[in-house]
Amino acid sequence: MKYYRSMVLVSNDPQSMVQGAQEIFDCIKAEVKKHNLEDEISIAMASDISRMDISPVVIVYPEAVVYGPVKAEDVPFLVEEHLYKGRIATRLQAPKKALSGPIAWLSTREGSLPAEQRIVLERAGIIDPESIDDYIIHEGYRALGKVLSDMKPEDVIATIKESGLRGRGGAGFPTGMKWGFVAVAKGDKKYVVCNADESEPGTFKDRLILEGDPHSIIEALIIASYAVGADEGYIYVRGEYELAQTRLKAAIQQAKEYGILGKNIFGSDHSFELHVHAGAGAYICGEETALLESIEGKRGEPRSRPPYPTTEGLWGKPTLINNVETLANIPAIIRHGANWFKSFGTPSSPGTKVYTILGNVNKTGLIEVPMGITLREVISIYAKGMKNGISFKLAQTGGSSGSIIPASLQDTPMDYDSYAKAGVSLGSGALLICNEEVCVVDLAKVLMKFFKFESCGKCNPCRIGNIRALQTLDRISEGLGTEADIETLQMISKNLYEMSNCGLGQTSGAPLRDIIDHFRAEVDAHIKLKVCPAGICAMSGQSNLYNN
Amino acid sequence: MASRTEITVRVTDAVKDALETYEKKEEELIPILSKVNRDLGFLPQEALELISEGLKVPKSRVKSVASFYHMLSTKPLGRHVIRFCENAPCHIAGGGEIWSALKEATNLQAGETSPDGKWSLITTSCLGLCAVGPVMVVDGDVYGNLTVDKIPEILGRYE
Repeated sequence: MKYYRSMVLVSNDPQSMVQGAQEIFDCIKAEVKKHNLEDEISIAMASDISRMDISPVVIVYPEAVVYGPVKAEDVPFLVEEHLYKGRIATRLQAPKKALSGPIAWLSTREGSLPAEQRIVLERAGIIDPESIDDYIIHEGYRALGKVLSDMKPEDVIATIKESGLRGRGGAGFPTGMKWGFVAVAKGDKKYVVCNADESEPGTFKDRLILEGDPHSIIEALIIASYAVGADEGYIYVRGEYELAQTRLKAAIQQAKEYGILGKNIFGSDHSFELHVHAGAGAYICGEETALLESIEGKRGEPRSRPPYPTTEGLWGKPTLINNVETLANIPAIIRHGANWFKSFGTPSSPGTKVYTILGNVNKTGLIEVPMGITLREVISIYAKGMKNGISFKLAQTGGSSGSIIPASLQDTPMDYDSYAKAGVSLGSGALLICNEEVCVVDLAKVLMKFFKFESCGKCNPCRIGNIRALQTLDRISEGLGTEADIETLQMISKNLYEMSNCGLGQTSGAPLRDIIDHFRAEVDAHIKLKVCPAGICAMSGQSNLYNN
Repeated sequence: MASRTEITVRVTDAVKDALETYEKKEEELIPILSKVNRDLGFLPQEALELISEGLKVPKSRVKSVASFYHMLSTKPLGRHVIRFCENAPCHIAGGGEIWSALKEATNLQAGETSPDGKWSLITTSCLGLCAVGPVMVVDGDVYGNLTVDKIPEILGRYE
C-alpha cells in the first residue's frame, strides 16, 4: 500500500505531446527519483487538462498549482522547488487569465492548501455533543443571538441568498430562494422541517452532524423559523438512527432549559417549538412531500406537485424543508458573513461539501472539502489511492440522486454546475469508487434491486418499471440477453424519468442510461458474446465465444 | 408456549403503554406502532385493532401504515432477526459472498423465518455504516467488516 503526499499531472493531449509532454513526464520521473521521492509522489498523464497557449501543462496537487508552458529544462527547478523544498515555483506558474476551459475552476482556488476545510463539521468530534455548554463555548448560539438582536428576517434571508448556499440534499436548489418563498407565502401558521431521513446508500454525513453536533441543527432551525416567520418545527430522523434521535431529544431539552427554545427566545418576540419525529424505515420518506405525509402519521407516499411545500406543506401550511448539511452551514454564514462563505468552493457552488468515500480504495471514510475538487484528487490524496493498485473504473455518486461517473470525468470539478454540464449529478455526496473488477451490469442490478425494494408503489412507471428493468438485467447477467434488451432498458429509463411522480422514480432509471452510455461495450459483451468481462456474472447461457 | 390469554394480555399492555407514552393523535401513529413493534417483536392483528380504537383512526388506515414501513412487521419474526445490507457500497466491498454464506448458515432465503423460530433473515437498505461494509445487524448488534469466516462465530453468539 502506498500513500502519496503529492500528485503530478502532465497534459498529454495531442498538442502537448507534440511540444514534448512525454519528455517532460520522463524528466519529472527522473528528477523525483534523484531526490528519492518516488514513494511520496505519484506522476500521471491526463488529457483534457490543458489549453493551447500554456501547453504542455503540469499540475501539482494537493496545492492545485498550474505550471505552463513547461519546458524540459524547467523541470529540475520545478521539482526541486515545489516537490522537494515545498515552495511554489512562481516563475513557472501559468498566468491566471490563461486558466480557462476545463481547468478554469483552479483559478478560484486561493492560497496553497485546499485540503480539508471544516464548516459543517467544525465541532463534530471536538465538543461533547451532549453538552450545551460545550456548544456555547465553541461559538454556539452566537449566530442566533446576532439574528434575534441585530437582524430583521429579510436581512437574514438576504445574507443566505448572498452567500450562494445551495441545498446539500442532492438537488442543489438555492437555499436563500427557498427561504424567500416561504417567507412571502401567505398563512397564519408556518413550519420549518429538517430532513434528516438520510437513506441514500453510501451516505452518512448527516448522521455524523446529528450525532456530533446536534445543537448546530437546532440553532439553524430557530434562525430559519425567525427568517420565514414559523413558530413550530420538526426534525424528521430516519428510524434507524437511534443515537441521533436520542442526542437531538436531549439537546432540545437542554435548549428549552436555557430559554433558547420556547417562548420569547432571548427576550425577543420570537417563539419556537421543536419536535423530533422518527421514521420507521422507508427510503422514500427522504422525498420532501413523502416526509410531510409521514410526519402527519400516514404512509410515506409523495404528493403531486404543485402545490409545493413552500406554499402548501405540513397540514396544508407553508413549510420550509432543508437538509441537515444545508442547515449546518447557516450559523457559520451568519457569524462570518456571506463573503467569507463565498471564499470557499467555486463561484457557482460556494462553500464546502461533505463526501463519504467508499469502495475499492485504501482509505474509506468521510471528508469535508471545498466544493470543486476533482474525483482524481479524492482518490489519490484523500482515499490514499486505489486498493491493491487495481485501476479506477467508475464512481457511483449516491443511491438515487447521483450518477455513474466514468473515469473520463475524473478531472471534472465536483460542483453542481460543472457536473450538470457534464450530464451527471453529484447526488448526496457518497462516492463509491469502483475498480476494474466491478461489473457494470452487476452494479446496475444492485441499484435496481434497491429501487424495486424502495419504490412506494403509488405510481405505475416506478412500481412496474423498476421490476422490468431488474428482470431484464437479470437475464443479461445470466447470458440470456438479446440485442432488443438494450432498447428495452433505454425505454424504461426514459419512461421512468419522464413519467414518474417523484424524484425516486425520475432518477431510478439513471443507472440504466449511464451503463449504456459509458460502458456499452461491456454490456454488449454480456449480450452478444455471453461473456462478463469482469468475471462477476454467472453466465449460465451459451457462450458464443467458445461455441461458434 | 404462552397461552392465548397471556398473549392477549401482553398485547393489550403493550398498546396501553404506547398510547400513554404518546398523545392520542393520528400524527403519533408511527411512533406508537414503532413502540409496540419494539415491545412485541411484531404487530399482531389485535394490536392494530386496539390502536385503531384508541386513536379513533380507521383500521384500514392503521394496517396500511403498519405494512408500509420496513421497520414494522405485521408478521411474527424469529427470536433473532438478521438484517443484512444489500446496497451498492456493501456489495462492492464483498457483500455478495457474505449474503450467500448467511443464507447457507441459516438455511433461509430472504424474508424467511426458520421453522424452529430461531432466525429471521431479511435484507435492509443502507444503514449508513458503509465505511465498515459489508454490514449486518443481528437484533440490535451491528457487525461490520464482515468476512465469510466470521459468520459462524457471530451467529454462534445467539441462543
